[in-house]
Amino acid sequence: MRITAVHLRQLLPPLLVFVVGVAAWEVLTRLSNIRAFILPPPSAIAVALVENWSGGRWPLLPSALATLLEAAGGLVIGTLAGVAVAFGVSRWMTVRDAILPVAVAANAIPIIAVAPIFNNWFGVLNPVSKMMVAALLVFFPIMINVTRGLSEVEPSAVELMRSYAASEWTVLRKLRIPNALPFFLTALKVATTLALIGAVVGEYFGGSSTVLGRVVVQSAASLRFDVTWAAIVLASVAGILAYLGVVALERRLIPWHASVRAERPA
Amino acid sequence: MSDEIGAAGHSAGDAVVSIRGVDKVFGDGDGATTALLGIDLEIRRGEFVSLIGPSGCGKSTLLRVIGDLIGPSAGSVDVNGKAAHQARLGREYGMVFQAPVLFDWRSVEENVRLPLELLGLPRSEQSARAAQMLRLVELGDFARHHPPQLSGGMQQRVAIARALALQPAILLMDEPFGALDEMTRERMNSEVLRIWEQTGTTVVFVTHSIPEAVFLSSRVVVMSPRPGRITRLIDVDLARPRNELTREERRYFELVTQVREALRGGGNPGEPATGSSAERLAAEGGVG
Repeated sequence: MRITAVHLRQLLPPLLVFVVGVAAWEVLTRLSNIRAFILPPPSAIAVALVENWSGGRWPLLPSALATLLEAAGGLVIGTLAGVAVAFGVSRWMTVRDAILPVAVAANAIPIIAVAPIFNNWFGVLNPVSKMMVAALLVFFPIMINVTRGLSEVEPSAVELMRSYAASEWTVLRKLRIPNALPFFLTALKVATTLALIGAVVGEYFGGSSTVLGRVVVQSAASLRFDVTWAAIVLASVAGILAYLGVVALERRLIPWHASVRAERPA
Repeated sequence: MSDEIGAAGHSAGDAVVSIRGVDKVFGDGDGATTALLGIDLEIRRGEFVSLIGPSGCGKSTLLRVIGDLIGPSAGSVDVNGKAAHQARLGREYGMVFQAPVLFDWRSVEENVRLPLELLGLPRSEQSARAAQMLRLVELGDFARHHPPQLSGGMQQRVAIARALALQPAILLMDEPFGALDEMTRERMNSEVLRIWEQTGTTVVFVTHSIPEAVFLSSRVVVMSPRPGRITRLIDVDLARPRNELTREERRYFELVTQVREALRGGGNPGEPATGSSAERLAAEGGVG
């Protein structure tokens, strides 16, 4: 996509806020008596990021990639399951009545509580145990939103299709699925962030040491908060990149939708 | 009477729709509501028939019974010589609703193509027919636009183009201009008459606007409040083609008054529930 003057004008204010914020952080931590293990200055975090990039006790890049893989695996599993259940729930009343209460109850389980259990089930060193935590978090928003997208179609749109003697299957293909796409993509934006949270939470309860969650826990235990912060920065960057990936997907899949149109310069 | 059907060039008595003894009851037991009672109506080929009545008189229900979107509780509806259900499976209907019901994810052209796609026509023929329909509603230049980029009136014209794409035996319109402002509505009225005269399609048009019903129709079917019954049939003998000047004719005002008075007296409590033959009521001559 071409960067135009309009894009620059949109990008400039948040960029300015970011730069000013980081600069203020740097100056404040240097001028005041805040000690490095309470809040390290951004420059120290940057140094820690470079020094621990790929080697040493806390290799940040391999850890980030491992965590990203867990999150991505969880995102795929949770999304597939959520979409599959949504199709069943929106198509058959009995499935809806049987599954929806269970799904709502499952969503109420605190994720922290299941993480050790999943580690136990799938193996603490096996990335699948983290994927399942992430998948559990991802499942619910995807399922609920896709169900809404598939069922909340204009009644007259259904009448229109019926007046053309369209089959249930055709109504699904030509009306319900396209209608559900914006709902799905909105849920996917939330789900990418949730997948990362799920993966990191799973890591807190043990596993390979080259994952972001373990780096955070162990560097903090060693009072190396500059490394802890560096890991957090990497996790945020991964989250932002995943989010931008979904936005790009939105532009491709639903260019007609208001959410995409609104961003486009007129 | 054949004068006002003249545009379509079909002979009178050639019934496209025949409705016999139709009742429609929603719900059952104490919660049952009778929406339609003892409806008899024949609509001839090429006719433009308006159903008018107060809200809740069942005019939209009657339209949906004709279109086989809901089944009658009693009686029968034949369209083009078959049961309404068979007619729907044979894709003999075009429908236009109060909302345009366009799919935002499809371009204007793809929206018009939808019924042709469902019918399984070859792509080249789909494109050709969609283009022809868009020219008919004078939106040929907007084929690549998406619905949200069009005004309300333009969107409704796309909906009409889509409804006509299959060259249906009958066009069912459910208050299609109810959501438009008065100026746009009058323009759309002229537009719909032009299209009707060009295509010769039979139209059943639900409205609660008296001027709209008189301006458009060959015949106005006046319905009473719930339970919906046909209380009067009024022939509209205004000359065609009709245009903005028609709205200033003396006869136009007389007919508007006639429809208004028919609506006011619409209750007709003395009329027996069954056997309210619409034709007989028409023969009694009404107010005119």
